[in-house]
Amino acid sequence: MTRQGLRVGDLRAAYGGEPVLHGVSFSVEPGEILGLVGESGCGKSTLGYLLAGEIAPGGQVLDGRIELDGVDVLTLDPHALRGWRARQVGIVHQEAAASLDPTMTVGAQVRSALVNSGVPRSASAQTALGLLSRVRLPEVETLARRYPHQLSGGQQQRVVIACALVGNPRLLVLDEPTTGLDASVRHEILTLIAQLRAELVAAIVLISHDLTLIGQVCDRVGVLYAGRLVELGPARAEPGDTGLLSGTQHSSSGVLDTPAHPYTAALLASQPRLGQSRTRQPLSAIPGQAPGPGITVGCAFAPRCPLATATCRAGEPTLDPVGHRRFVRCHFPLDTAPLDTAPPDTAPLDTAPLDTAPLAGSPAAGPAQPVGPPRGSALLEVRGLTRRYGRTVAVDHVELDIHQREVVGLVGESGSGKTTLARALLGLATVGEGTLRFQGGELHPRLARRTAETRRQIQLVFQNPDTSLNPRQRIRRILGRALRTLRAGQDTVEQVVERVGLGAEVLDARPDQLSGGQKQRVAIGRGLVGDPALVVCDEPVSALDVSVQAGVLELLAAERDERGTAYLFISHDLAVVGYLADRVVVMYRGRIVEDGPTDAVLAGPHHPYTAALIASSTGQSPPRDPRSLPGPVPTRNLGCRFAPSCGYAMPGTCDIERPPRRELGAGHHLDCFLEPGELPLVASLSSAVPTTVASTANQTQGASQ
Amino acid sequence: MVSAGAGHTDARALAVVGTERMAGLARGAHRDVVAVVAGAVAAAWVVVGLLGWRVLTPHDPALQNPSDRFARPGVAHWIGADQFGRDVLARVLAGARPVLVVAPLATALAVVVGTAVGLTAAGLGGWFDGVAMRVLDAVTVFPSIIAATLFAALVGRSRLVLILVIAATFVPIVARGVRAATLVECAKPYVEAARLRGEPTWSLLVRELLPNVRATVLVEATSRLGDAVFAAATLSFLGLGEPPGSPEWGATVSENRVWLTLAPWTLLAPALAIASLVVAVALLADALRRRVDAP
Repeated sequence: MTRQGLRVGDLRAAYGGEPVLHGVSFSVEPGEILGLVGESGCGKSTLGYLLAGEIAPGGQVLDGRIELDGVDVLTLDPHALRGWRARQVGIVHQEAAASLDPTMTVGAQVRSALVNSGVPRSASAQTALGLLSRVRLPEVETLARRYPHQLSGGQQQRVVIACALVGNPRLLVLDEPTTGLDASVRHEILTLIAQLRAELVAAIVLISHDLTLIGQVCDRVGVLYAGRLVELGPARAEPGDTGLLSGTQHSSSGVLDTPAHPYTAALLASQPRLGQSRTRQPLSAIPGQAPGPGITVGCAFAPRCPLATATCRAGEPTLDPVGHRRFVRCHFPLDTAPLDTAPPDTAPLDTAPLDTAPLAGSPAAGPAQPVGPPRGSALLEVRGLTRRYGRTVAVDHVELDIHQREVVGLVGESGSGKTTLARALLGLATVGEGTLRFQGGELHPRLARRTAETRRQIQLVFQNPDTSLNPRQRIRRILGRALRTLRAGQDTVEQVVERVGLGAEVLDARPDQLSGGQKQRVAIGRGLVGDPALVVCDEPVSALDVSVQAGVLELLAAERDERGTAYLFISHDLAVVGYLADRVVVMYRGRIVEDGPTDAVLAGPHHPYTAALIASSTGQSPPRDPRSLPGPVPTRNLGCRFAPSCGYAMPGTCDIERPPRRELGAGHHLDCFLEPGELPLVASLSSAVPTTVASTANQTQGASQ
Repeated sequence: MVSAGAGHTDARALAVVGTERMAGLARGAHRDVVAVVAGAVAAAWVVVGLLGWRVLTPHDPALQNPSDRFARPGVAHWIGADQFGRDVLARVLAGARPVLVVAPLATALAVVVGTAVGLTAAGLGGWFDGVAMRVLDAVTVFPSIIAATLFAALVGRSRLVLILVIAATFVPIVARGVRAATLVECAKPYVEAARLRGEPTWSLLVRELLPNVRATVLVEATSRLGDAVFAAATLSFLGLGEPPGSPEWGATVSENRVWLTLAPWTLLAPALAIASLVVAVALLADALRRRVDAP
């Protein structure tokens, strides 16, 4: 059998006559991981499906070739295609856990996939166990008899990957394999993918919107925009092969280090890095929206490109080589010289300062000087707060102060009690003890017992604007009701949409007619109409594209700068929290394990759990690998909740006694038995500017003010 | 190594997609035909009910003519005559009006009350939900036929009693369906957002929730309509409908059932009328539900 990997040639596809892929060509060698990135609607998933020989209803392939080890997939007849799919290709779709049948044990599911690929039924049980251990699942005999709901999210994902490995596929397509998983679980899955790459020697295509993730595991990156591959090349600089073998002076730079296409550069500049703070390096959002399916004249990115000229609008560029193994579809590619040799004044990426629409009050004053939270009496005081669901203690004796104008970031994995804490503040989670004080007065734990004034003062921005806006109401009605109930009619809905950077034309639309970013702006506008003193933001950008994320974050920050709004900003993403927050609070299993000023918490020394969070979000292994996966913790556990997974745990101490609260610096506390000198430190925090793009964007930002 | 033959690529790929889509379309078309036929049958009965027998037949459904007793279907009486020589076709046509008044009114009443109860119970929750649902349970377990008999004995047989009894039977069913749909909506963040901004309860129910459960209300309404036609016929068959002499289909079936072997047309014609209307409305309800449930 020839092992040539995957070759995709000039692939064109359409939905209902509207072209969605415009001549995509690339190849993936056996044992190589190619990452495909892009915003939603750029054709990532269509391409992923096509690679597995699947065409969504209403779709059609107009032209092109997909060859795997010399077999042209698109010319196979349906019968051959089925056999090919069963044996040659493994595909893991988005929200993979939902593709597990809840009524079948996971062992049975892997077996049925094996039987379909031609493995005799008698041999399938043993092979299934082999596959489950191959994806590094523990105690496979027991685990195979469990049902999907008895597994953790990461374990479910591993089972789905095991199903995709049936028949030793020559091509593995992973479509957003870690979306919705915690940072630590995400790290485990990425490690698994890297391990499988070495074992399988298959071509692996990893589709994601997350540049960090792509940078962590992929050898090469393809950037998709509007159904076109706009940039293709090694993900990171390859120091090993620079010029030594070929004898020539290659500039072997990586796409994610020194992007050549303005779109790639803009994508990189719109995603916060861990340690990046808004006060020092504001993000730049990409103006406008990605075009939908259809034919465009000229470069597809030209309408949003700060460098576009008449040439760009007239003719579409071709995918041309630029530097060693790199290709870019741009008339005026950016300089891709390796980072250390790049003169600081190259690539003047004149990204428009944050989003299309004018924001009410430019953030000029904000980023210039860090807004230190005024001391004195807190806006909100939480004392000994405990909240339960049935017998589960979701929030356990939490103490928290939020001051006026302060952005408090709350991080932790799913199940850590972040959302329950937020709901308790809002008066929606009521079962448990503890006191809440707001603006010096008692705050009733039940929403129904709070006054209209208090309700106006504490508002919420939800995670997913798809469900937080009533689908049957027009925007005018949604905002109008908020004005009626929260403001008694001084403002108009037009002023509200202007305040959140939208045009009046959205007023007559229904939520499903708006983009994700627009919907979230409407939702934020609804929460802000009454000028609340405290806004709880529950993962406000995690459902949004990277390119609009920055604009929404800036909108929230601008409100704080202008009106002194305080935020409790909840996220599982440490980079996003660190970007905006003055102070970070880390929660683990219902308890606050560390809190302090953002810089101090990120710089360390850390609580071992914080260290693990930081390490996994920078793609490193946690300091001293966890010995076991965390299991259910008994609610009467008196010791440290993190002890079972902590590499530093001292048996007989950590698991029995509650750890002492240590003060490391001004306002920086953590709960741990370790002496400050013994606490872990995670190095290589990218507080320095990692790319020229970010720095130039920053300079531009500074110059424009 | 590059393989040739990109030309027939799309043809093959399209063929795969094509067959799958054709099968889907064929199923859809078949369902459409059924829905159209059902709609035509139901519409025909509505027209008959609206026009009345006078426009459609020269015979008076109440006029007795002993010489035509048990006349076979023929030129004079298209589907024969009954034991009093009354024209069966005229009686069947005249019988459309009572059922078309009773069934929609009973359904409307049940849907309005049931939706209000279900929406409020789910929206308010707590003790109100508990009490309302237990009361509805009590109504459900009380047999409607006994209720109808009781009412007929107490206040006499009338169209209004028939409507109220049928509506009372259906209220718990509608309320439960609407309550379930509302509970699903209540868990969504937009409802929480409305609570957080202090939206009054009635506004929460009517402005926020009702528009989002209207699909359920619509499906409940059409499903109950078919049942209401059947219930009206059943109760009139048992003699709990309108006063004697009315051409109601159920009552006609009942009074002629002793002549089944002698003059089957007197029985079959009203029975078929009931069946055609019930089945037509039920099929329409199915079609509507499919459309509403479709993603």
